[in-house]
Amino acid sequence: MSIVTVQLGQCGNQIGFEVFDALFSDSHCPQGLCSKRENEAYQASCKERFFSEEEHGVPIARAVLVDMEPKVINQTLSKAAQSGRWKYGQHSCFCQKQGSGNNWAYGYSVHGPRHEESIMNLIQKEVEKCDSLSGFFIIMSMAGGTGSGLGAFITRNLQDQYSNSLKMNHIIWPYGTGEVIVQNYNSILTLSHLYRSSDALLVHENDALHKICAKLMNIKQISFRDINQVLAHQLGSVFQPTYSEEGSSHYRRNPLGDLLENLVPHPEFKMLGVRNIPQMSEHSLAYSTFTWAGLLKHLRQMLISNAKMEEGIDWQVRPPLSGAPTLGKMSANKNLHFNTSLANLVILRGKEVHSADLGGFKDPALYTSWLEPDNAFNMWKTQRAFNKYEKSAALVSNSQFLVKPLDMIVGKAWNMFASKAYIHQYTKFGIEEEDFLDSFTLLEQVVASYRNL
Amino acid sequence: MTQSVIVQVGQCGNQIGCCFWDLALREHASVNQKGIYDEAISSFFRNVDTRMVGDGGSISKGKICSLKARAVLIDMEEGVVNEILQGPLRDVFDSKQLITDISGSGNNWAVGHKVFGSLYQEQILEKLRKSAEHCDCLQCFFIIHSMGGGTGSGLGTFLLKVLEDEFPEVYRFVTSIYPSGEDDVITSPYNSILAMKELNEHADCVLPIDNQSLFDIISKIDLVVNSGKLGTAVKPKSLVTSSAGAFKKQQEKPFDAMNNIVANLLLNLTSSARFEGSLNMDLNEISMNLVPFPQLHYLVSSLTPLYTLADVNIPPRRLDQMFSDAFSKDHQLIQADPKHSLYLACALMVRGNVQISDLRRNIERLKPSLQFVSWNQEGWKTSLCSVPPVGHSHSLLALANNTCVKPTFLELRERFMRLYKKKAHLHHYLQIEGMEESCFTEAVSSLSALIQEYSQLDATKSMPMEDLPRLSVAV
Repeated sequence: MSIVTVQLGQCGNQIGFEVFDALFSDSHCPQGLCSKRENEAYQASCKERFFSEEEHGVPIARAVLVDMEPKVINQTLSKAAQSGRWKYGQHSCFCQKQGSGNNWAYGYSVHGPRHEESIMNLIQKEVEKCDSLSGFFIIMSMAGGTGSGLGAFITRNLQDQYSNSLKMNHIIWPYGTGEVIVQNYNSILTLSHLYRSSDALLVHENDALHKICAKLMNIKQISFRDINQVLAHQLGSVFQPTYSEEGSSHYRRNPLGDLLENLVPHPEFKMLGVRNIPQMSEHSLAYSTFTWAGLLKHLRQMLISNAKMEEGIDWQVRPPLSGAPTLGKMSANKNLHFNTSLANLVILRGKEVHSADLGGFKDPALYTSWLEPDNAFNMWKTQRAFNKYEKSAALVSNSQFLVKPLDMIVGKAWNMFASKAYIHQYTKFGIEEEDFLDSFTLLEQVVASYRNL
Repeated sequence: MTQSVIVQVGQCGNQIGCCFWDLALREHASVNQKGIYDEAISSFFRNVDTRMVGDGGSISKGKICSLKARAVLIDMEEGVVNEILQGPLRDVFDSKQLITDISGSGNNWAVGHKVFGSLYQEQILEKLRKSAEHCDCLQCFFIIHSMGGGTGSGLGTFLLKVLEDEFPEVYRFVTSIYPSGEDDVITSPYNSILAMKELNEHADCVLPIDNQSLFDIISKIDLVVNSGKLGTAVKPKSLVTSSAGAFKKQQEKPFDAMNNIVANLLLNLTSSARFEGSLNMDLNEISMNLVPFPQLHYLVSSLTPLYTLADVNIPPRRLDQMFSDAFSKDHQLIQADPKHSLYLACALMVRGNVQISDLRRNIERLKPSLQFVSWNQEGWKTSLCSVPPVGHSHSLLALANNTCVKPTFLELRERFMRLYKKKAHLHHYLQIEGMEESCFTEAVSSLSALIQEYSQLDATKSMPMEDLPRLSVAV
């Protein structure tokens, strides 16, 4: 089954390119560490999900590119075409002349309705190219105007028009300090709207990715390209094929469906995060070897202590004693730094993957009381190595890890809202104070729900 | 891609405008090596086939034939515009884009605004409409003028109302030269205050600039250029004040260097909209992020670096220095000290080989020494444009919405009151039809209200930061 990707705004398009590039590079990587037949099956599965066929043999990404101004899309299209290995469809983009001005209201209330038909038509065309549709992957930022506002609008449309298909929104959480001054307003409006119309929100934080570039990849002058490449690596490790449950030789067909089934048991809890181990520069990779035990130990601690990467993990954080009464989880006994999970998915790729022991992740202490670890924890795997890493593990988690950042954004937006600053820019285009209040209410609810896991 | 139209009004406006067009051509020439008319260049220029008769001949793609500036030149005296039309830039301007008269406004806002306003309203509208028609997607009008005289100040602000009525969806960015303390025009306080009212009400965004600051910046550059210290030879093209000679080369006028600074400001402001980068910033984002309340739309600007040293052996500690300089009061284009006042919002527009980590590092470094208003503690807007300005490897334009504009307005009001109390020169204004004393009193109240807003914000500076109680939800 195929995934149709919708790339929105400057961020969405810049990221989208790196993601397709990473997926393609990996699937054509000669160091797969597996048999030829295995490799071919992997390639075919990746292709089915993300690329469609062309007469001349250059695969075309299953993507729709949307932006309200032309510079970024032009760049993205030419970068892909220049590589010669894959490209975007000639008619897969929608572009206007003037951007959304970082204004969520403009993206949602003006661009949305104005261009609804054209954009939905483009998406329809892409869907028709798929033999069978697993769902939509929408890449967008929260801080700007197009990705956030138009993204929210399109997602709602997708919900109406493709009610049987799944939607996962990939959201970029902006840097804590300053990319856009009204980023907190745009963020709360986006999140509250997406919460109602999307099936899952997969979040990547710029601050976290930045740290990975600085500490793990040792990049001195970090560019957005570097950040996007780290992100693409993480997404690739989640979305590349893995064996299905039935047997070890077939790749699973419905990646989105399986992800959502495993990770979103309850509609109140939709926020997912990704952790990946190991992550390092290609130069260092040549000198490193790993064991599954070591990798998984670190990954588990990253989950528990809410670390974003394998350096600087706080090993002091421990799960509450198992055997403690499961009622009254909200009591003060709980270790405040401990990151409780609702559901986890670990994806293992590479050599001797069958020997990996995941007992640590099945500990009921990691999870909230109302789900059995058997239901809360899942594992996918494939022998085929990912992106030249002999062994790599990814963790997709529905846990409390976003409570603090979300709380901070809501708090800052609230402070600004109290002073009424910038509100006139939104009311100009039909987003009223009441819409803001609705968003605040919904998000406070989400924060509270996650806090009480 | 969007287009912008420059409307240059009065002597000052036209002189600055001229420098702007010269620099714009040079910038595009250095970026656009192949001579293809692309979207970047179309933001300020039309491509015209001059062989075709009549108005048409606009070519949208392909090789550059003849570039015409998207500009309207207005002056009530002929001297400056005539000089432009005889100079090296004469082919860049369309003769139909001009509105001139002979007698001038006599440094009288009322003459500019009321007399010439009504006299030329139709013509102005016609030229503006024409220039808009030539645009695929018109985003912004840039008005360049001075506040202290008659034409730029009076007619320039009359324009604003016309633009607001005729093109309500197009932004109006105004670059205003404020009179310095020792201004030689006696009535400049009257003209400025009357103009301020219009700016308050009809401009989307104002970039106030004053001659004294520009002059100080020039002196600083001269010091470095002429100091003869080893290793301080400056790359000639890199001076923010340099020009290829918009006017005849032999007599470089004293204002040329100053005007070039303003021209560079406008180029840098629009660079991220015209050229590519990893974090683009369009003109509509300036207004969105930097104007928290409609009345508070005055932005203090600073440009760094002012020059690039020619010696490549000097290590690039300069990058961080560039950020530090942007906040020093010596680099601001008006007499203001943002560091010791309150920031409402700040934008950093970077050009050249600078990445997001450089930007973040410097924001983190400078933040502790700056005061932001309580509801906008992280009030930063940033942009990264890959194309540096001519002669530099990187540059930074900082735009601050900061209460440090207040002293400028206070001083202006004081100079006004000194004249007004004595009714000095008032009759020149009152004899113009449509002018009454109430025009003056209303203008002063408008300014006072604005000053009051800034004072209220300043008062919050030393108050402790308190988080407001959040909504509580049932669990």
